[in-house]
Amino acid sequence: MNMDFSQHLLSILIWLPIAGGVLLLIIGDDGDAESSRAGLMRIVALSVSVVTVLVSIGLYAGFDNAATGMQFTEKASWVAALNVFYSLGVDGLSTPLILLTAFITPLVIITSWDTIKLRPAQYFAAFLILEGLMIGVFSALDALLFYVFWESMLIPMFLIIGVWGGKRRVYATLKFFLYTFLGSVLMLVAFIYLYGQTGGFDLFGFMDAPLTLTAQKFIFIAFLLAFAVKVPMWPVHTWLPDAHVEAPTGGSVVLAAIMLKMGGYGFVRLSLPIAPDGSEYFSGMMIALSLIAVVYIGFVALMQTDMKKLIAYSSIAHMGFVTLGFFLLWSFDGGSGAALGMAGGMVQMISHGLISGAMFLCVGVLYDRVHSREIAAYGGVANTMPIFSAFMVLFAMANAGLPGTSGFVGEFMVIIASFKANFWFAFLAASTLILGAAYTLWMVKRVIYGEVANDNVAALKDLNGREFLVLAILAISVLIIGLWPAPLIDMMNVTIEQLIEQVGHSKL
Amino acid sequence: MTGHVMNLMDYLVAAPEITLLGLICVVLIADLFIDNEHRVRTFWISMLSLALLLAVLGWSAPDARTVIFSGSYVSDPLSQILKVAAVIFVAITFMYSRDYLRANDIHKGEFYLLGLIGLLGMMIMMSANSLLTMYLGLETLALSQYALVAIDRNNVTSAEAAMKYFILGAIASGSLLYGISWIYGMTGSLQFHEIAAAVSADPSLNDLPLWFGLAFVIVGIGFKFGAVPFHMWLPDVYQGARTPVTLYIATAPKLAALALILRILVDGLGALHETWAAMILVIAVLSLLVGNFVAIAQTNIKRMLGYSTIGHVGFVLLAIFCGTGQGNAAALFYMLTYVIAAAGAFGIVILLSRRGYDAEFLSDFKGLGTRSPWFALMMMFLMFSMAGVPPFVGFFAKLNVISAVIDSGYTGLAVLMLLVTVIGAYYYLRVIWYMYFEEAEDQAVLQASADTKVVLSLNSVAVLALGIAPGWLLALCVQILG
Repeated sequence: MNMDFSQHLLSILIWLPIAGGVLLLIIGDDGDAESSRAGLMRIVALSVSVVTVLVSIGLYAGFDNAATGMQFTEKASWVAALNVFYSLGVDGLSTPLILLTAFITPLVIITSWDTIKLRPAQYFAAFLILEGLMIGVFSALDALLFYVFWESMLIPMFLIIGVWGGKRRVYATLKFFLYTFLGSVLMLVAFIYLYGQTGGFDLFGFMDAPLTLTAQKFIFIAFLLAFAVKVPMWPVHTWLPDAHVEAPTGGSVVLAAIMLKMGGYGFVRLSLPIAPDGSEYFSGMMIALSLIAVVYIGFVALMQTDMKKLIAYSSIAHMGFVTLGFFLLWSFDGGSGAALGMAGGMVQMISHGLISGAMFLCVGVLYDRVHSREIAAYGGVANTMPIFSAFMVLFAMANAGLPGTSGFVGEFMVIIASFKANFWFAFLAASTLILGAAYTLWMVKRVIYGEVANDNVAALKDLNGREFLVLAILAISVLIIGLWPAPLIDMMNVTIEQLIEQVGHSKL
Repeated sequence: MTGHVMNLMDYLVAAPEITLLGLICVVLIADLFIDNEHRVRTFWISMLSLALLLAVLGWSAPDARTVIFSGSYVSDPLSQILKVAAVIFVAITFMYSRDYLRANDIHKGEFYLLGLIGLLGMMIMMSANSLLTMYLGLETLALSQYALVAIDRNNVTSAEAAMKYFILGAIASGSLLYGISWIYGMTGSLQFHEIAAAVSADPSLNDLPLWFGLAFVIVGIGFKFGAVPFHMWLPDVYQGARTPVTLYIATAPKLAALALILRILVDGLGALHETWAAMILVIAVLSLLVGNFVAIAQTNIKRMLGYSTIGHVGFVLLAIFCGTGQGNAAALFYMLTYVIAAAGAFGIVILLSRRGYDAEFLSDFKGLGTRSPWFALMMMFLMFSMAGVPPFVGFFAKLNVISAVIDSGYTGLAVLMLLVTVIGAYYYLRVIWYMYFEEAEDQAVLQASADTKVVLSLNSVAVLALGIAPGWLLALCVQILG
């Protein structure tokens, strides 16, 4: 077989982790998390995920920032009877998200190294399979393939929360599954409708299809339900705090860092180009929902007593910036505002992926030691865990949007864009600078600073090498993107311009 | 028409049924000489018979649609695929049942014998080209099913289920026969192609008297499928029958029911599509709703799978409701793949049972993830497939039906179907929840022969394999009915 490595790069990125996961499942657990077999599993899992990162570096290196259209494309017939293709490709919107996915997974595996005692092989297998499926979502160019990856992804996450989660894990994971399943099936109806219009499931075919305004409105709403649940947007966000609180640390990290991004990605990949007029019609509503998420959910976050819940709500508020940035598109009379908002939303997705992942890891570090997520159970952690506290303060600052961290870049771009659009949008959006700082820093104050609160805190041991490694890698990434975001923005500029151009052409 | 003179070639086309009848006699007589201790020999003779039957099916397949026996019998690609599938599922049923029957002291030759006679009935239905042939096949199947349900005659619930099944089944048969008599009276023929010709030649036939007969026929069909409101027998029989019998009823006969509806409504009364579509729509939507909602409340897994069957029947009927080749092909694909999943699911219920203990409650699945990680994984595949979650084949089955429904212009109906699917997902997820998220109450080791385990594993992996590569089966279904 004549296999050209670079032509199948995306397939390798998808199937390598899945194959690794299946391998782990076949070898199986022996009921002892300390055995040499369990140790071998961990090494296999880590190796597979690290090799995936190396392959993804190939993707980064080979990606041409100046090129328009899809790169690394692959196309083969999959289900001929339905005209479905195994069609893959990436552009400036999906490449950063694939890199993020590949980057986060090994960190999750390192974090869970010896904290998972129950069936570790299955745990690691679930994460590897999930990684492959998520990369599949970001690279699929055929709507049905996209849908298959999108839905299959629920299975490993359902099990991760349900098997390795907290006390109310069954409730949380069923809610997670059914909520997202319900949102997604309507997207399937839209796909089948578009299939009827175009005779295939090719996304570009969907984008080129002429559609009436009514059809576009229905399609937009069908997509909106799928993506708004995933983002999640107010008022369909209620599954997220439950899922986050009950999920094991690794699950929370993947959920926050990557799965939420699927919703944002869906808007730019599907909603905007397929139903541009429908999107324009609903853009006012989308902006309103985004601002509600930013302001109202910000206040909700302020009131939380559970650290994971607080970060979950903060995620919803931060994801509000993403949707705000995307749907500002029609609020300008020319100028560069549209591109700025869009790029801001994209940067915010990547940055939030890193920061929220890091925040959940920090909570995980504390939880592993004290087995409580309550803010009130801590106090004065800085006295016993100085290194950890330094990291946590850094990530909290980043979460609050401190200049110099990645959190600043995306939020600032979106706020500037909204200033160009409408003063009140900007006013409400900018309130996050206060609210975000308030809820994050208040939590940090209560957990990290002050006197040692109790014996548990007094007995805390600082980070071990493994935890240090993971947090350090994330801290460096947050700072790099904060100080020098140009490579990231350059990667998506051409695609964003192309997208704005495409959305600008009415289908009517 | 070559029909009116019987010749040797006719017998060749009907060779599978004739062979099976002969083999049934062989099994019947051979079983007399086998004592209880060596009853497994009857099993092997039956399995050999089925293998031989498969070979005959392959060998005798005509290249094109062939109508024989004065127009009473047809052999076409549809009958061929359904028969091959039915033979395979009966063989799978025997395979999964053997150990259970032996362990529970009901390992009787009659199980295999009645199973084979039922198969004969199914094959006659699949090849029926006249209402009378269809009725004969239906009764052959039904009578052996009644007897099968009662096979454990000392078991009160089985006896009750058999009685219920028999009485309701008899009423349904009567209804079907009454409807047939009206159709015969109006069109002057029992053969499907002649009925179709009569209706298209004289459109004035498409009126109340024929619709009256049609309504009774649909009652019979609805009963056979277990569609609401003719579903009352189904949960009771599924629960009351011993699990191998439930497995038998839940698999191959569904394919015969599909033949029943396709032959009568599509082949025979296709011109009345508008009329029967309205009736089918009502029972299909009711089945969808009742099946999925009531399944949520079940604690007995056999009963739950019974209600879930009713929900799936709703999907199949909605595919046929479309009245398009696409819809019929989708129905065929759905039924074939559903039966694969049902066979696997009941196979696992049997696997969990042991001497004197039927694992028929959902709670028996608790902790299966640790007791038997492999079969828990298999059950998970089957449940996700039934729930219609990709990448399992159940997703493609639902996709095809929904696609057919949307193409026929019923987008609202498609949305309803999908919403019900989400509700249905809950009770399938509950099985997975019990298997993986709960501690085991029962620590007994699963006992099964290696051959059963292998077949069961292949059966379950098939729902994943077909989900990843559904193209060929889909193309086949479209080729046959599209």
